[in-house]
Order: sequence, then C-alpha cells, then structure tokens
Amino acid sequence: MTKRCGRSLFGRRSRGGGSSEPGRRISLRRRAIRAFVRNRMAVLGTTMLLAFVVCAIFADYIAPHDPLEMDLMKPFQGPGSPGHLLGTDNFGRDILSRLIFGSRISLTVGLVVVSIAAVLGSTLGLLSGYYGGAIDILVMRLVEIFAAFPFLILAVAVMAVLGPSIYNVMLVLGLVNWPIYARLVRSQVLTLRETPFVEAAKATGCSNRRIMFLHILPNCTSSLTVTMAMSIAGAILSTAALGFLGLGVQPPTPEWGMMLNEGKDFLRRAPHMITYPGVAIMLIVLSLNFIGDGLRDALDPHIRS
Amino acid sequence: MLTYLVRRILISIPVLLGITFITFALLHLTPGDPVRIMLATEQVTPEVAERLTEFYSLDKPWYVQYGRYLGNLMRGDLGVSITSRTDIAASIANRLPNTILLAFSSMLLALLIALPVGVISATHRNSIADYASLTASMIGVSMPSFWLGLLLLLQFGLAWKVLPIWGVGRLSNGLWDFISHLILPSLTMGTGLAALLARLTRASVLEVLTQDYIRTARAKGLKERIVLYRHALRNAIIPVITAAGLQLGYLLGGAVIVESIFSWPGLGRLTIQAIQKRDLPVIQISTLVFAIAFVIVTLLVDVLYTVIDPRIRYD
Repeated sequence: MTKRCGRSLFGRRSRGGGSSEPGRRISLRRRAIRAFVRNRMAVLGTTMLLAFVVCAIFADYIAPHDPLEMDLMKPFQGPGSPGHLLGTDNFGRDILSRLIFGSRISLTVGLVVVSIAAVLGSTLGLLSGYYGGAIDILVMRLVEIFAAFPFLILAVAVMAVLGPSIYNVMLVLGLVNWPIYARLVRSQVLTLRETPFVEAAKATGCSNRRIMFLHILPNCTSSLTVTMAMSIAGAILSTAALGFLGLGVQPPTPEWGMMLNEGKDFLRRAPHMITYPGVAIMLIVLSLNFIGDGLRDALDPHIRS
Repeated sequence: MLTYLVRRILISIPVLLGITFITFALLHLTPGDPVRIMLATEQVTPEVAERLTEFYSLDKPWYVQYGRYLGNLMRGDLGVSITSRTDIAASIANRLPNTILLAFSSMLLALLIALPVGVISATHRNSIADYASLTASMIGVSMPSFWLGLLLLLQFGLAWKVLPIWGVGRLSNGLWDFISHLILPSLTMGTGLAALLARLTRASVLEVLTQDYIRTARAKGLKERIVLYRHALRNAIIPVITAAGLQLGYLLGGAVIVESIFSWPGLGRLTIQAIQKRDLPVIQISTLVFAIAFVIVTLLVDVLYTVIDPRIRYD
C-alpha cells in the first residue's frame, strides 16, 4: 500500500517549498537552492563530485606517486602493499595515483564535450525555434539524421577515421551530442516565442539577436542545467568506453577507460587492475546522476522521473 | 493504418539519405587519400588500389562519388573488405543475426528484471524494498557496461568456470549450450537498461495509480490485485514499452563493447576488428547498417505504439 510521508530518502517530495512565511517573497532561485540542499541524494552527489574535483585540481599534491613512473621490479602488487594503497599495474605504476590523475582527464573531457554540444545545440535550437521555416526544417532534419546513429557507433567510426587522441575525443563526442540540446531549446523557444514579454521586447524594437539571447535563452537555463549535468555523466562514460576500445586517450596517459583496457589482459593475475578504475567511473557518474535528479526536482517541480 | 505506415516510411527517406551521406563523408574525413592510407597497411597491392579507386570513383568529383556510392548500395554491392578480400555484404549477413539475437535477449532479460522490480517498488512506495530497488537502479544506470562485463567474465567465467565466456553457442550442441553463451553478454548489455526501465516502470505505475479510473475501480470494491493487474498495469506499461523499443536501438550501439569483451561474432566485433586493421570500407558499411537498423527499429516502435495504445492516432 502506498504510505504517505513528508520527505522521502530520494527527495521526490519536498515540503511546500518553504513559501509559508507571510509577507516575505522568496525568489525562485533561492527556493530551488533550498529544495536542492534538502535533497539528501543531491547533497551526497555534490559532495562526491567535489571530492573528484579536488583530486583533479590538486592531483600533483594528493597523488602519492608519479602516475607515469614505472617500477618494473614491482609489477602487479596487490592492494594494500607497502607504498601502494591500491596496488600497481603491469608496469609497476601506482594505481591510486593514476586514478587521481585520471579524474582530471574525465572531468575536463566531460566539461569540454558538454560545452561544445550545448553551445552548438542551443544556438541551432534557438535559430530553428525562433525563425521557423526553412531553417527549422533544415536543423530538425539534421537532428533526425544524427539521432539515427546509435551514439557510440558514430563516435567509434569517426574516431577510427580521425585517429585516437584526447582532442579528437572531445571534438567527436561534442559533435555527436548536440542534437539533444537543439531539440530541448527549440521546444522551449516555440512556447516562449508567443509569450507577452517577448512580444513586448519586439514592440520596443529589440533586435532578433537580443530577443533570442537575452530574453529567450535565459528562460531555458533551468532545463539546460539539468540536461548538462546528466550529459556530463554520459560524456564521461563515452570517453571511458572509447578508451576501453583503444580509440580514446592514448597511453601512457592515465585515463580510466584505458586503464580497464590495459587491465583486461591480466584479469586472473591482477583483478585489482580492473576493479578500481571501474569503481571510479561508477562513482563519478553516480554523483552526476544524483545531482541531475536533484536539480530536476528542484528546478522543475512538474517533471517527475 | 496503412496510410500512416506508408507516410511514416516516406518520412524516413530523407533521414536514410542523410545517413548514407554521413557514412560517405566518413571515408573522406581521413586526412589524405583514403586509398593511400589503406595501402599503408601493406595488405593492399597496387592492383587492388586501382580497383578501389575505380569502385569509389576516387578520381571523380565528390558528387559523382556519392552518386556511385548510392548506386552501389541500391544494387546491394557493398564493396569488398580490403584486408580479407571478402564481400562485405556476406560478412554483414553472417554477423547481423548474432547482434540482433544478443540485442533481443538483452531486452528480454532487462524487461524480466525491470517490470517486477518497478511494480513492487511503486506499490510498496517508500518501503525498504522501494529504497533498495531505487538504489540498485541508480547504481545500475551509472555502471559502465564494459566494467560490468569484465567483472562477470572474471567471476563466472574465470573464477567459478560455470559459464562460457567466448563466442556464440549452437543449438545443435543442445539448448544449454545456446543459452549459456547468451547469459553473460546479455547481462552485461541488459543491466543498465533494466535499471533505467525499472525507474520508468515505477514512475509510470505511480502516475497511473493516481488516476480517477483507479479510484473508481477501488470504490467498486474490486480486489487490489485486480485493480493493479487489470486496470493499472495495462496503462502503465505503455510508456515502458515505448522507452524499451527506443532503447533497442541504443542496445545495438552497445554491441561494439559487449561483443568485443565476449568475442561475440556480431556486427559490433566486425566494426572493431575493421578499425584495428583500418579497413575503411568495412567501417563505413557497418556504421551504415547500424544506423539503418536503428531507423527501422524506431519505425517499428512507432507503428507498434499505435497498436498497443489505440488512443493514439497519427492522422
């Protein structure tokens, strides 16, 4: 039977948004922040993500060893061996240090990919929704064509042709990811275009560019934020997948997916080589998903998963 | 229905054309002359290079090349692999059924897990079972499939030695041989999907349970079981089926990873092998086949949708 309870562990139902105090108006932003902070999972996710960010920024100080330093006398040291908390890999490199430096790669690639995709996609979505007509048809056809490829297949094929490198990973994933943003922004523009404040802006003689970027786009930010949080997770997973297939970041760079790829040849001998990079990927994706869920619940009380 | 079907197919044509153009452009993204790059792999003799130049009309302007490419595709001439010298159409035909088999068995597994879990989670909202399933599905969504695959392979294949970890089983060796080969790859591919669909099922059932007709059914004094299974689930399952159908296309994409972990002789492994040998024609065609399969699946889901939910009319 359904039990009713004020606040669930997953924060799906937050209490009334705190609008009870009479006479005091609380801004939407503050209300959203409050709802987010009350969501335990979102707070947990933020804490986890912050830990990764700290690792990425201060990797040089946190990591106990140089991530590239080989010690061929001490390969396949198990977890907990002296000086190597998580053990060493086939070249005797310290796995913990490689993981810490790996967070730098994952977060950077994730951010760059989402920035490329969001800027490209939102601009095309804005133009398409605002002007309609031929531009709209053209952009939406492009979206359909790109969406017709299974995401990873297209990325894999383009990477294979361009050649593996970290810059190509960012470029390719960014270019493959843009249609989500175009669709999202376009659908919002279609409704916003008809609102009185846009009409007012038009009446006062604002230029189209001003209306699009200063009046319409800011109203899309809440759904854009949610999508971006989620798709950073997706971009990190894809980067690791490409690394795992040997098509992403190249050795000896410590990238999590590639560490799994190297570890898969020593499954029996050193299972710890695949355990920890996988845990790292899972935790960072988990934290971003928690944040994404929390943001969605906080910013848009109408949408429920 | 028929007019809808015809129109839906007609709409797909520009998309299909776009797909062929992108795969065509793929070969030309390579910095430099594709044939010379292929030549660099040493497996190509000058005669073969000449035939390749001829087949892809590489000495002609791009629109002629694209026209030829389309023409060849229409005639079913998919070209020849530059490393194995075999007909690409034949190797695609060999491997596509394996990939489809894997995708369907993963989907089946995902639904078998997701539907009961989602329904229990929704009917026992905020219980321990609900939290446990929500946590599990959150982890399932976040777990990279290639990692899960390696862990399963290590545990069931290498440590316990209870399941085969290599290749495809044959029905001629008995049903168990066939099924046992499917288990690990399907689990690898299906877990993330199961997690996603379980979350969706939960949300969908919760949504339906707030509807008026459920209250009516309860008010009539129907047993809770009948309300749930006959009234609620039938409606709650529609969005789940739609999402599952659309995810089938993404499952195809995941084939690249799962097939390379378990040496599954499907289209994904063909693609990866082609990439390792820089066999550009094979990369091009397998990408194309994946995309076309995706378009067909989406089309089928759209059509099925109208069958499952008669309220939806597209005309």
